[in-house]
Amino acid sequence: MITASLIFLPLIAGLIIYAVKDEQAKYFALFASLTEFIIALVALSTFTISSNAQFELNVAWVESMGIHFHVGMDGISLLLALLTAFLVPLIILTAFRHNYSNNRLFYSLMLIMQSALIGVFVSYDAFLFYIFWELALIPIYFISLLWGGQEKLKVTFKFFVYTLVGSLFMLLGIIYLYLQTPNHSFELADFYALQLGKEEQVFIFWAFFLAFAIKMPVFPFHTWQPDTYTSSPAQGTMLLSGIMLKMGVYGAIRWMIPIVPIAMDAPWCGTLAVVLAVVGIIYASVIALMQKDFKRMIAYVSMAHVGVIAAGVFTSNIDALQGAVFQMLSHGVTVVGLFFVIDILLDRTKSTQISTLGGIRSVAPQFALYFIIILFGSIALPLTSGFVGEFLLFVGLFKFSVSVTGGMWLAAIAALSIIFGAAYMLSSYQKIMLGSINSVTSSFKDLVLTEKAVLVPIVLVIIWMGVYPKFFLEISEPAVKSITDHIINYTSLK
Amino acid sequence: MKALVLTSVLGIFAMISEIIGLKKILWYVVVLGLAGIFCLTVGDWNLSDTHFYGMMSFDNYAVLFTGLLLLLALLWFFITRETYEAGEFNQGDQYALILFSLVGGIVLSSYTNLAMLFLGIEILSIPMYILAGSNKKDLSSNEASLKYFMMGAFATGILLFGIALIYGATGSFSLHHIAAYAANHPDGLPTIFYTGMLLILIGLGFKVSAVPFHFWAPDVYQGAPTVITAFMATLVKTSAFAGFYRLFHDSMGTGNPHFYSTIATISAVTILIGNILAISQTNAKRMLAYSGVAQAGYMLLTFLIMNEQSTIALLFYLGSYSIATLCAFAVLNTVSRARGSEDFDAFNSLGKSHPLLALIMTISMLSLAGIPPAVGFFSKFYLFATLLNTGTEGSIWLVSIAIIGSLISVYYYFKLIMAMYAKEGDIKTYQVTMVYKTVLVLMTAAIILLGITPGMIIDKF
Repeated sequence: MITASLIFLPLIAGLIIYAVKDEQAKYFALFASLTEFIIALVALSTFTISSNAQFELNVAWVESMGIHFHVGMDGISLLLALLTAFLVPLIILTAFRHNYSNNRLFYSLMLIMQSALIGVFVSYDAFLFYIFWELALIPIYFISLLWGGQEKLKVTFKFFVYTLVGSLFMLLGIIYLYLQTPNHSFELADFYALQLGKEEQVFIFWAFFLAFAIKMPVFPFHTWQPDTYTSSPAQGTMLLSGIMLKMGVYGAIRWMIPIVPIAMDAPWCGTLAVVLAVVGIIYASVIALMQKDFKRMIAYVSMAHVGVIAAGVFTSNIDALQGAVFQMLSHGVTVVGLFFVIDILLDRTKSTQISTLGGIRSVAPQFALYFIIILFGSIALPLTSGFVGEFLLFVGLFKFSVSVTGGMWLAAIAALSIIFGAAYMLSSYQKIMLGSINSVTSSFKDLVLTEKAVLVPIVLVIIWMGVYPKFFLEISEPAVKSITDHIINYTSLK
Repeated sequence: MKALVLTSVLGIFAMISEIIGLKKILWYVVVLGLAGIFCLTVGDWNLSDTHFYGMMSFDNYAVLFTGLLLLLALLWFFITRETYEAGEFNQGDQYALILFSLVGGIVLSSYTNLAMLFLGIEILSIPMYILAGSNKKDLSSNEASLKYFMMGAFATGILLFGIALIYGATGSFSLHHIAAYAANHPDGLPTIFYTGMLLILIGLGFKVSAVPFHFWAPDVYQGAPTVITAFMATLVKTSAFAGFYRLFHDSMGTGNPHFYSTIATISAVTILIGNILAISQTNAKRMLAYSGVAQAGYMLLTFLIMNEQSTIALLFYLGSYSIATLCAFAVLNTVSRARGSEDFDAFNSLGKSHPLLALIMTISMLSLAGIPPAVGFFSKFYLFATLLNTGTEGSIWLVSIAIIGSLISVYYYFKLIMAMYAKEGDIKTYQVTMVYKTVLVLMTAAIILLGITPGMIIDKF
């Protein structure tokens, strides 16, 4: 029941928001999303740590097709649902300063988006998963289209088509799997029980990989991302980078790796995917170095970090998967923080060009403090959340790389480029925040209350996750372990 | 059967309504009449009565498609009411012709004899030839009428030739005899039988505007008055599909390997060409015409399956396509009447001036493009799953082509959405009546609701 209410509460709130006055819409949206967060916390507190799905609901939906409305949460789902429920109220808060032309529509789309995102993370039926997967696309498309910046028409359309290409081939894969199941069902467990031949697995791998790789995005399917991040309104970018791209990672962990474990070991599938992800890390880090615009730079740095998660996931060993789940949370929180910092910069100075800024720390010390902590989280300094996740991911990546010839280099280069990225982020912090103030930054006002209300929770979570990661790792461990056990059983059977 | 007679009576009433001075209540009589006929038709479920010496059989298939046709006709009368109230056309005459055309559709969904197939096609088409040209002073409307008539007559000729050849081969017009004949000759039928079927297939291609017989469609759709185009794109297409599916289903039996590759090729080409040609359109009506061509390609895929499920898949697809298309034409009609243009540019900033109309248009476009949660997604999904389930070689390629087609279609459907929300234009508002709004909202709600709970239909069979 809890799972279902997590899905339907934001959806219903998103619809009845039209009954509220336009000026009041933001308070209503905040209230709804906080209620959602409380429900998620209740789920967390009643969750017993085991590999089973909990809070399950399974009702027939389209009986003759074997489609069920089957939702539930194991550790991985719970953590991601929690992430969504935690970030959405913050993202709504970041929008408080702005006055959008049609508030009700804006917040309604956000809440509907939240409902779809949670739906993706808790679905145990492939058809349901696909519906939520697609449903998440529509609100964000309209958020970017209606409130986006320059060239929004072209950019949003590219984004939409790109992600749709991936999902449609995933649909083909889902129908194929559905027809293979003995009792014609979309049930996750039935998909896991399938014994597919190698060629079938390769086909399914590509059908699913395309969808997930575009969403994450993995090189070379990333070209929609930087433009979309730049052109979307800040809240759209936060939703996209903070939560939506986790759909791709989650999809790979839940719906791809356990179904096609043999293809994951094949050189032209799983290994190629790892290589692509690593190439993406290097590529994004190099491009991030070239950026003069801070927002674009963060977009590429984020892509590099997601590349690490992707590379880890495709190695499909337990350390990397644990790291991936943890890093999804960490990345979600830090990237939303970073984009909010950018939004504040843009709001105050009308510029995100690094060269035009400087000396902000002297006029806004609080802002500088929060900014640096979030930055530390992003570049994986020990005692921040990023360190734990990336450490685990690199452990997994190195474990994998010893099994492949030349793999050592791959992992080493990936790790190095992340360090370069970090160095460059620190130097841009120096250029933006330190030095002497100029005409653009001299009137920079320090944080106001609503901004603090966003940044304080983010910073606290970053530190909490860095100091006491066990809390989160414990929740996801049994679920991750059951997936890796399944893979080991599967490959030993063959 | 009652549906056939009563709809004819309704048509005759519409024709004489002006003479007997009942024109004021005509709309109410027609709508209530159709609603009544719909209820009677539903009551015929599982009765399967046969009429006219076995030339027509009102079986469950007929009930399903007649029901769908009546429902669509009802919706059509609701959304076109304003246009007729405004006195742009002669209401009595046009309603009579529309109802007679509907009679043709009912014949097509219930015939069991090739002679009745021919009659059904003619009854369906002849009123449409007249209606396409009903904008008498508009040159393009005249052109549409002439083109439609020429092409239609040509197609009917070919169809008739095909029927004659089938008769020559089997010695009967009855679908059951033809089916029995085909079953008795498992190792091959005479060439004239195949030739006859092929000619009928070409006639079908013309009627449903499948590539390469689609050339008339864009011009006719664009030239005809929008209300008539809406009728052509939905009811006429549904009727033609009901008729031909019945022919192939009943006379060729299941499996139907003879024409597999032909129909598969036509479907694939129709999907691709229809979608590609739609991309470059700047006129919304023309775009919808090409979209109709492409959608026909998807529906033709059901001809490759021919089982219980594919019948439902066809019905569901036709229903979801028609409702979304009717909604789109309704909004198009309002916009073109208010802004005097049917181009994409006429839709600019409709999202600001008429959020409701823009929302309705958006949802119908999403449904046509097959994006969840609109019903268009489920109808495509169901069709693909049914096709893949046959396990025929090549079905996976056909589905892949169909998916690529859907991707292309996103481009032109979204062009309209982007025009409405992201382009600047005339934000003058104009009056839309409450009834009209309510009907459109209900139709849009149906698109979403059926998309979320397709089990309401699918699970019943």
